[in-house]
Amino acid sequence: MKKTRNQKAWFMVLPVLILVAFSAIIPLMTVVNYSVQDTFGNNNFFWVGLEWFEEILASDRVHDALGRQVTFTAIILAIEVPLGIFIALHMPKKSGFWSSLCLVLLALPLLIPWNVVGTIWQIFGRIDIGLLGYTLDKMGINYNYTQNALDAWITIIIMDVWHWTSLVVLLSYAGLRSIPGPYYQAAKIDQASRWAVFRHIELPKMKGVLLIAILLRFMDSFMIYTEPFVVTGGGPGNATTFLSIDLVKMAIGQFDLGPAAAFSLIYFLVILLVSWAFYTVMMNMDKEADV
Amino acid sequence: MSLELKNISLAVEGHLHIYQSNLKLEKATMNVLLGPTLSGKTTLMRIMAGLEKPSSGQIIWNGKDITNCRLQDRDVAMVYQQFINYPTLSVYENIASPLRVMNKNKHEIEIAVKKAAEILKISPYLDRKPIELSGGQQQRCALARALVKGAGLVLLDEPLANLDYKLREELREEIPKIFERSGAIFVYATTEPEEALLLGGNTAALFEGRIRQFGKTSQVYRNPKDIITADVFSNPPMNFLKFRKKYKKLTFEDGISHTETDHLSNLSDGDYIAGFRANHLDLTRKRAAQIKFSVRVNHTEITGSETFIHMNYTGEKWIGLVKGVHNLDQAANIPVYLDLAHIYIFAEEGNLELSAFYATKVK
Amino acid sequence: MAKITLTNLAHSYFNNPNHDNDYALKPLNHEWTDGTAYALLGPSGCGKTTLLNLISGLLTPSKGKILFDGNDVTDLKTAARNIAQVFQFPVIYDTMTVRENLSFPLKNRGMKKDYIEKRVKEVADAISLNDILDKKASGLTADIKQKISLGRGLVREDVSAILFDEPLTVIDPHMKWQLRTQIKEVHKNLGHTMIYVTHDQTEALTFADKVIVMFEGEVLQIASAAELFERPAHTFVGYFIGSPGMNILPVSIEEDNAVLGSHNIMLDAKYKKLTGKIELGIRPEFVTITNDPFALPVTIDKVEDVGHYKIARARFQDHPLNIILNECDEIKSATTHVIFDKKKINIYQNDWRVEP
Repeated sequence: MKKTRNQKAWFMVLPVLILVAFSAIIPLMTVVNYSVQDTFGNNNFFWVGLEWFEEILASDRVHDALGRQVTFTAIILAIEVPLGIFIALHMPKKSGFWSSLCLVLLALPLLIPWNVVGTIWQIFGRIDIGLLGYTLDKMGINYNYTQNALDAWITIIIMDVWHWTSLVVLLSYAGLRSIPGPYYQAAKIDQASRWAVFRHIELPKMKGVLLIAILLRFMDSFMIYTEPFVVTGGGPGNATTFLSIDLVKMAIGQFDLGPAAAFSLIYFLVILLVSWAFYTVMMNMDKEADV
Repeated sequence: MSLELKNISLAVEGHLHIYQSNLKLEKATMNVLLGPTLSGKTTLMRIMAGLEKPSSGQIIWNGKDITNCRLQDRDVAMVYQQFINYPTLSVYENIASPLRVMNKNKHEIEIAVKKAAEILKISPYLDRKPIELSGGQQQRCALARALVKGAGLVLLDEPLANLDYKLREELREEIPKIFERSGAIFVYATTEPEEALLLGGNTAALFEGRIRQFGKTSQVYRNPKDIITADVFSNPPMNFLKFRKKYKKLTFEDGISHTETDHLSNLSDGDYIAGFRANHLDLTRKRAAQIKFSVRVNHTEITGSETFIHMNYTGEKWIGLVKGVHNLDQAANIPVYLDLAHIYIFAEEGNLELSAFYATKVK
Repeated sequence: MAKITLTNLAHSYFNNPNHDNDYALKPLNHEWTDGTAYALLGPSGCGKTTLLNLISGLLTPSKGKILFDGNDVTDLKTAARNIAQVFQFPVIYDTMTVRENLSFPLKNRGMKKDYIEKRVKEVADAISLNDILDKKASGLTADIKQKISLGRGLVREDVSAILFDEPLTVIDPHMKWQLRTQIKEVHKNLGHTMIYVTHDQTEALTFADKVIVMFEGEVLQIASAAELFERPAHTFVGYFIGSPGMNILPVSIEEDNAVLGSHNIMLDAKYKKLTGKIELGIRPEFVTITNDPFALPVTIDKVEDVGHYKIARARFQDHPLNIILNECDEIKSATTHVIFDKKKINIYQNDWRVEP
């Protein structure tokens, strides 16, 4: 399809631009401002150049948090995307009572506020009063997310999968529903295996929505804060201290505003960079397929 | 009322979709945009509607430059190939919708809707929802909505393409009648030459983003200015053969020479391409003036009353359309006859040198 | 390749059909011979797609049986029926090259590599896809994509029938000629049983050996193009085939004389006494304008130029009458007379044709 080139259209987005300027750009500038200065209180600031950035980039603590963050994001993407597609593939194909029911049930976790999700799982996993923790404990399995790092990770990952797989399912399902019937008929006639149908019809046709799903899940999981903070508070030790938890500790816990500002800028750039790279690669794949 | 496109062009990402074009459409005319897929018909319509801003040039409406005018302020109605109606509104409300926007009073709306419904023969279905109508009726509803708006410019983008053959025939006959009453400028895009001919009016032949020719439909059909227009306006495609004219003799690809006929006497010596339409080929000699070609039959297609003969003439693929049922053997070598009065002569680069003689006589 | 037998085949989309009108396809008995090209022709909603889906196995019939070469396939799934199908919109595997697309059905059936390679080459030759075998299938034009879908059916030697569901819908007029020619050639050279669904009479007539004209779930006539044109069995067939369709005029019959208002039209043969709704059918091609003042008087409202012929829209009293004229013919006066070619007149009783 041809795109419309109309310079006037920019005027339409002007109000939004102003709004974004107030809500995002100006606060961002404040952060930039902090990141190149230091203070000893009393609102006295002095210029330190890129010192904070150097410190953050060299900091072991940040490296560790980044490592945990990348591991976490990789794990949840590796679980949620295939699981989401798998569930979408097995949903009822025709619209009717069952598909509506599935959609409503799937949408439920998405509607729960982050901190409530955290609270639910925080209680759910407790050995004394939580259904999960209690059951596991009674079954003789040594489970305690407040003391065991592995248990804490598992709890947080399951929680995230429970909370967000639905998003991948819903998007994939929408993609699947848009595939015309004749494709499946042709595949039947060609005696294509289930896998071949998935690989050559379903996957290519849902690529677009899947890309959006992966991007959203990447950005969201990379910035995860509320749920692990509510469940584990970043512990035991620093076991579940992801980037944003670390950042908040630094900024509010220790009131190291300068390093925290530099940290958040780097954090922001990393997400932007990865998303952009990811998006470009996928778009190029799309173009290649069209040529 | 008139619509003029002045030196319009459209480039998208450095790619020209519409080459510099001029077109002037007058009040109460039916104008057909004829061309294959991607020839620029829809793009040109979108420019006329204001959905697309041209990269250069002006759009003049009644002498006023409206190039930068908002879509909402233009006097335009549009009907698409897909049947586009408001699914939740009744047929009545669908047709009334443009009038409601214009804040017409209830009485006026009722009169206008009923009249449009009657013209388009959907009066019995006014209370139904579009989904409860057949495809033909849905498109009638969309047409009624465009009509009732009373727009000065009505754009129809292949409105019958998704309809059954016979329904198409019916609506094709009705559409020119509808437009005659409304006095608007109608623009109708189609890929089919038959449709252009049946609609009459004027035709602009489009090919690869260029308006090749614009004029009265039968004129463009019988006197195409170049080889591309001739081919776009022929279904089956036009048949071509090369020939050389020298000393009053025409020598064709098979090496056989024929003496020129009177109307060719002004053609200077040289190499040319001759083009003729399928229906001008005969299996038997009908007139003494016809010249004979020896061709090889590929296959025949019988429509019941007529036969399409697919054949090969020294490497050129020809299609002939003859009356009656003829079962010819595949690979048979047969003679076919052609009157020189039926050939269009094009220069090798494609421009028309001489129109077919018969065409100057058809009224 | 196979002979297809339909015995008492009917289908309804309702669970408990009890009325005739509940059937999308009314009971049908027919034998389709091996290697013949059939077209199912009719307006939308006439049941042609239902019939196609029953043969392909996408639908299970409410009643009756479908046999391929005498074997009951009524309850077999699509994949087990050995059919190939080309759909309205090109269905290709975007991720694959043309070659991979063509070899896909054979690979799935576990054929040997050498055999696949040989077969793909043969088919690519037959439908001239050789030059683009290694191109990605997704970037090609609609007509080539349709050829690929056809090719995926042709590579299987055991294919019983090739079904086409309005395959030329999205193809440009000029390309239609080429693609149709290619399908015809495939039919002639390889001799598959082919079933082609369309609402376009030209496509149906030119493609098929036998055309099955359907209307409201019923088969009205199964005949060759020439028969459908000359002797339509039903007034609807007369109207639907031909453009414009057959002229139908109410008459009364007295042996070899048809009385139309106060005019007599001589017929070619004598008819028995007929009761009910009696009509005379004459194709616009066989109506000629004449100077004879005793012929049927008509008023011409309009002459349409269709390029290689003209259509005169005329009236006899209040009955519309279309006349086909030659490209160069001219109408001198709006009131004139016409004669019918008496050999081409058909007589209808309650919409069905009667033999003299």
